[in-house]
Amino acid sequence: MDFDIILQAIINGLLTGSYYGLAALGLTLIFGVIKVINFAHGSLLMVGMFTAYWIVKLTGWNPYAALLVVVPLLFLFGYGLQGFLIKPVLIAQRDVREPTEVIIVTTGVWYILDNLALMLFGAEYRVVQTSVSGQIFMLGDYIFPKPQLYGFIITAATSFLLVWFLKYTKMGKAIRAASLDRDAASLMGINQYRVYNIAFGIGAAIAGIVGCVLIPFYYVFPTVGVVFDVKCFIIVVLGGLGSIPGALVGGAIIGLIESIFAQFIASTWTELIVYVVFLAVLFIRPAGLFGEKRDW
Amino acid sequence: MALLEIRNIDCFYGDVQVIFGVSMHVDEGEVISLIGANGAGKSTLLRTVSGLMKPRSGEILFENEPVHDLRPEQIVERGIIQVPEGRRLFSLMTVRENLEVGAYNSRAYPHLAQTLKEVYKLLPRLEERENQLAITLSGGEQQMVAIGRAMMARPRILMMDEPSLGLAPVLIKEIFTTIRQIADQGTTVLLVEQDVQHSLSLSDRGYVLEHGRIVLEGSGKDLLENPDIKEAYLGI
Repeated sequence: MDFDIILQAIINGLLTGSYYGLAALGLTLIFGVIKVINFAHGSLLMVGMFTAYWIVKLTGWNPYAALLVVVPLLFLFGYGLQGFLIKPVLIAQRDVREPTEVIIVTTGVWYILDNLALMLFGAEYRVVQTSVSGQIFMLGDYIFPKPQLYGFIITAATSFLLVWFLKYTKMGKAIRAASLDRDAASLMGINQYRVYNIAFGIGAAIAGIVGCVLIPFYYVFPTVGVVFDVKCFIIVVLGGLGSIPGALVGGAIIGLIESIFAQFIASTWTELIVYVVFLAVLFIRPAGLFGEKRDW
Repeated sequence: MALLEIRNIDCFYGDVQVIFGVSMHVDEGEVISLIGANGAGKSTLLRTVSGLMKPRSGEILFENEPVHDLRPEQIVERGIIQVPEGRRLFSLMTVRENLEVGAYNSRAYPHLAQTLKEVYKLLPRLEERENQLAITLSGGEQQMVAIGRAMMARPRILMMDEPSLGLAPVLIKEIFTTIRQIADQGTTVLLVEQDVQHSLSLSDRGYVLEHGRIVLEGSGKDLLENPDIKEAYLGI
């Protein structure tokens, strides 16, 4: 096996892994703060993708300019989803630490959104020609597809901003405090439901960012979220529930496995390797790679 | 004039009543002890004042305004601050961050830098440890952070739920010295304790809670000398 080919596979794997990781980042944030498994996460990503698709299709904008619309839109969507649909369930289940009923609500949202998209836009796979589609950047003999490279940069920037926000802003610290101990946060004057709304909004906005990143090189269809849902769940559990570095590293691992093993075996078989690695990690580290044994 | 007044409240966990018609009051500048055995309802009473639980009947007044219908964060805005039992620090945040979160409410936040200085002066150990994660501290230090975090909220009344719980005697002494200092600086304190000797000796008045009812009330000194208290809580 040629070294160049392996290195190219590693490049591809890291580029793919970056947007996997970004998709998982939103999911892990929502879980870490609200302790709710958001089954509608992929559907939020799909909404972001369709929004970006129509913006690019109708206006001919650069796909990354669509971020200016998609990010605030998805933030408000997530904020409202948490505030109007999930909050009442959380209040009814106040004494339960990980309210499972909410899973049914988020699953319902997933079905409604996917089927709404099916009704509005039909089942066909759509692609839109963007100004960056199919372009590459060469470094020596190695190929960096531009859309994926921009995706990598956007992932890095988003992660950096998120960590900065959580670490240094008043609201960020309140979000972390509420994720560590809800009642103690309330006793410090933090309105926990407002914190949840904002965390959910940010998680949804990140899903929207992934949607914009995917537009130049990925098909859009109503169930596109399901593909990412499964990957995100694996990544989040692999990396450690609620862990930001866990999501990014987990994404990179899955991306690398998929691209490197595709050099040796049929690419459909790489899924098998993914699951074997996933189970092996859980066997050795049940809390995931970066998971803390913490008292939720 | 009473700063905090609890009027005839009843509290339930589901169908089980745990607080029966409790009335008490705390005046501005006082240090009040609320003592009682495990399960007497002391923590429930504090949780109710903080708004984490709602009383089924009765009233809680703060500066003559009802607060029992407010949400916990609104109660914090008024200046009713609780140091919860078991410290409940934000374990994976640093000491400094824990203190900063303490100043989250809108009354305290503009004064954060100033309050932080005062808290570090009161509890110098916290400044040495400011970049350590709360989870890595010893029990005594964690209790100091919990008190410091509450002081960051600029309390009008500071309610402490068993600050001496699980600490070595020498540390218990240190904690009570700190509480004395806080009170001397003019903060009203409501202290819930099982360490009756220490808490009553620094209190102006005390209440004894048994099975959800106030059974005794008096000055700290009188209660300490009360034969029933001596027998039940001090073992003499």
